[in-house]
Amino acid sequence: MSELRFTRTHEWVRETEEGKVQVGISDFAQKELGDLVFVNLPEVGDAVTKGESFGDLESVKAVSDVYAPVSGTVTAINEELLDAPEKINEAAEEAWFIEVGDITEYDELLTAEEYEQFCQEQ
Amino acid sequence: MEKKTPLYAMHEKYQGRIVPFAGYLLPVQYPNGILHEHRLVREKVGLFDVSHMGEFTLKGPDALKNLNYLLTNSYDTLAAGKARYGIMCYENGTTVDDLLVYKMGDDDYLIVVNASNTDKDFEWMKAHLQGDAELKNISEQVSQMAIQGPLAETVMRKLTDRIPEKNYSFINHVDLDGCDVLLSRTGYTGEDGFEIYCHNEDAEHLWELLLQTGREEGIEPCGLGARDTLRLEAAMPLYGHELSDEITPAEANLSFFIKMDKEFIGREGLADVKRTRIGLIMKDKGIAREHCDLYWQGQLVGHVTSGTFSPTLNKAVAMALVDVNFACRDEFEVDVRGKKLKAEKTVLPFYSRKKRG
Repeated sequence: MSELRFTRTHEWVRETEEGKVQVGISDFAQKELGDLVFVNLPEVGDAVTKGESFGDLESVKAVSDVYAPVSGTVTAINEELLDAPEKINEAAEEAWFIEVGDITEYDELLTAEEYEQFCQEQ
Repeated sequence: MEKKTPLYAMHEKYQGRIVPFAGYLLPVQYPNGILHEHRLVREKVGLFDVSHMGEFTLKGPDALKNLNYLLTNSYDTLAAGKARYGIMCYENGTTVDDLLVYKMGDDDYLIVVNASNTDKDFEWMKAHLQGDAELKNISEQVSQMAIQGPLAETVMRKLTDRIPEKNYSFINHVDLDGCDVLLSRTGYTGEDGFEIYCHNEDAEHLWELLLQTGREEGIEPCGLGARDTLRLEAAMPLYGHELSDEITPAEANLSFFIKMDKEFIGREGLADVKRTRIGLIMKDKGIAREHCDLYWQGQLVGHVTSGTFSPTLNKAVAMALVDVNFACRDEFEVDVRGKKLKAEKTVLPFYSRKKRG
């Protein structure tokens, strides 16, 4: 299993095949958000742009945007999450939202250690 | 600068996520989360710190007369050992606060008000008091916790057999492990339960005692987040949402607690009702929260006063204030962050413990 890298906006990125990545949110983020009840994801074929919102998550108390760590095209979405958003709270690093291909650029990504350090400074 | 209740150290101990609320620092949830806490209260028993609420005493031969004049409800038939809900209005009928009145004895009442309105309520009541009656603000000396859920009585019976039998009844000077408390069968969750008023110095001891005593029943501390989802499911109004200085109790559909056959401040403002409260279940994905505009066939007809996710219904629900001419309609749309989401009107409450299987 490939290593996770993280954004400063608390998304993780996992490389799958050459040139594709899966995107999710970190365990730190799911704890901050609380119990998730709705997830809005893009459609397969949509373009995503690094640093811009590609969807949102709604918890009992608030809505939060999820930001694309890369620019590219959505090749798959995790439909399971649409009916069971609680899976994100249960296992954040397993719950991938989208798979992105045709990647043209990456945002600045942190290693797991750098991300943990970053979270402690929050 | 927010205040801490006498139970603050307990919230830290049990890893509550502290937020500012009504001038106090209180837990919005504990580590198991809001949905867990909500279900726990519906199915077993949960414990809430409600020390932030305000408490006044009203005593004297004219105490009853003042209650009847200040509040929409009538207190003539309130017996000692009973509590009764009422609303306090401005001259135009809009709301100063909603509150509970406990009759301790003749000429002797305890009034419990919303935390955020304590000072305002005290000033208002003082300014309008008539005759021989004395009002005191004892909020700083009183702590309060609420034990709520179908197993609440089971837990309490391990500590005392002086249990108030009926809803909205109470017993003063109940001894819980050496602590002198007022034990009332009241709550803000739509479940059976008790509110325990105690001296500040006993609060921590009672909190730990209840968590220990109720371990078999599964008791856990619960926070403000679950308090809100629980009261919303039960369609209980929250000041600042369903009631406010812009909303009358008549508009909030509380006419059961309004006695128009007596004189009280704001009576004239309640006769003509142009808006009313309805319940909504969201049909499209998303939570409609307070202030969202409500539409019927493209016309703006009202706004949401409270909205959340209902764990019992597993759907987003909301209460809204709607123009009375459109209250009979069934299908609405709510503007949620620029998107029109479908909502269907439903009978309130969303949840009733009497009707469950």
